[in-house]
Amino acid sequence: MVETDKVMRLETAVSRFMEDGAHMSIGGFTVNRNPMAAIYEIVRKGYRDLHLYAHSNGTGVDELIGAGCVGKLEIAYAGNGKTAPTCIRFRKAVQDGMLLVEDYSNFMMSLRFLAGAMGIPFMPTLSGLGSDITTTWGFSKAMRQADPKIVDQKLVIAENPFGRWGAAEKVVLVPAINPDVTFIHVQTADTMGTCRIDGLTFADVEQAKASRRVVVTCERLVDPGELRDHPEYNQIPFLHVSAVCHVPYGGYPTAVYRHYDYDADYLRAYAAAAKEEAAYRVFQKRHVYGVADHQALLDLVGAARLAAIQADPRTGYAVNMKRG
Amino acid sequence: MTATDYSLREMMTLMAAREIQDGDIVFAGTGISMLAATAAKHINAPNSVLFFETGAIDSLVEELPLAVADPRVMYAAASNAGLLEAFATMQNRITGDRVIAILGAAQIDRYGNLNTTAIGDYHRPRIRFSGSGGGCDVASFVPRCIAFMQHEKRKFVQRLDYLTSPGQLTGRGARAAAGLRPGGVSVVITDKALMRLDPATGELYLDRYYPGVTIAEILDNMQFTVDTGTAREADPPTAAELGILRERCDPQRLILG
Repeated sequence: MVETDKVMRLETAVSRFMEDGAHMSIGGFTVNRNPMAAIYEIVRKGYRDLHLYAHSNGTGVDELIGAGCVGKLEIAYAGNGKTAPTCIRFRKAVQDGMLLVEDYSNFMMSLRFLAGAMGIPFMPTLSGLGSDITTTWGFSKAMRQADPKIVDQKLVIAENPFGRWGAAEKVVLVPAINPDVTFIHVQTADTMGTCRIDGLTFADVEQAKASRRVVVTCERLVDPGELRDHPEYNQIPFLHVSAVCHVPYGGYPTAVYRHYDYDADYLRAYAAAAKEEAAYRVFQKRHVYGVADHQALLDLVGAARLAAIQADPRTGYAVNMKRG
Repeated sequence: MTATDYSLREMMTLMAAREIQDGDIVFAGTGISMLAATAAKHINAPNSVLFFETGAIDSLVEELPLAVADPRVMYAAASNAGLLEAFATMQNRITGDRVIAILGAAQIDRYGNLNTTAIGDYHRPRIRFSGSGGGCDVASFVPRCIAFMQHEKRKFVQRLDYLTSPGQLTGRGARAAAGLRPGGVSVVITDKALMRLDPATGELYLDRYYPGVTIAEILDNMQFTVDTGTAREADPPTAAELGILRERCDPQRLILG
């Protein structure tokens, strides 16, 4: 493959834009469109002390935590559908005191990325008044003040400066997030970096636009002309994107709408292994450390499994797939 | 016709489905709440609108999704957007007041406040759970929320270890004083009973106990007591309800087990 300023191998992009201690976020939601190829590459390269911003990114969050990459986590939800109502390595890391967590809600985290994308310091919401999310801080004041990359206050409750306009007396102000780097996986990207996401966008667009660097992996890499036939279907213009990597099945084992479903067998096997230390090490060694790259993982999984999760063109998922 | 052979899981699902009115916008989470929303659509509220925090609105749901980001929520929806749009739809009064939400929790108190975050000390919890997700947002915004709970003493607690999603906070009037709109948990559905939140007291009361369950058994399995003065036996599932639930909503028994 010829690498250009933007089009490059995933291994190149990860090396170029990641470092220990980076503040990062990942796209997708629980079992869907997580940038798994990128996450596995980050795990293989062994980055440490990452500061991860997540809403409900599920699979990818648990893999990063399980591999010991994450030191601090700001998150709304660490669950992963039926196989793990609470992400298993996340739970263990928090209970063992190995991971510092700051809890927000999904809307708060989405608004924080939006504020970052808009270049403003915070966004207001009516969510969370009276809850422990507003009163209990995971990151102490001292820790916050000592670290210039972390905002001094988790959030602020303020009087509505417009009186009772909007039928609200108080608002919760949540601070902007501007990650150093965000990884997303999309169905289609062009060689300049413009992205087209099919189906739910989750918070990918806000995360990408809030981020200083964005690494995109894609199922299909196309010439810019193709995406410009219908620019209204594109969500992220190339301006925001630092690197584009062509990685078919780059979301596997999570689902990519209209391409493939989640691999329920893989997610179940992961959850089973994650419950026990030795089994988890074996699972990681086999599926992550023991393979050279994402293609090698796909080879290991095999063509039959990939065929079983192929999306049906009518519905966008694998109809009647065995999930139970 | 009343059925006699049904599981508690089926009973809980149908009790929730009966709470949903035709035309409601139904916010569903994962698992049994997704199934209850689907059951309502097929049984008693055909014009209800299924809605997910991931941004899918009016999904067709040919197959039961196992997560709110399952691609099955995207099929034939009115729109597939994102989290900001989904939560804005609930924060926005014009649409938010039509939403009924279905949630679950690790702990609930007499005021309908929910804990989905941690048991024990927040900073070093004995058991860590998933966290709010959209739960805190929903409980802050919408007027009616159904909470699914296992009816156990350790779950119906005097005091939450962490208040993730606001109900009536410390009782009548507290929600407004905190700056919240009216809303939060209005119905609690367990494997023994259905409780409702009394707006006059800001506390839960027993409304229905399931056939074969005594009031004493219900109270014995809670750390706090509730008013039982108006409680009556719940109607068991009808054969028609069960047929639709089993054959149309969850034929693979992914949630019914």
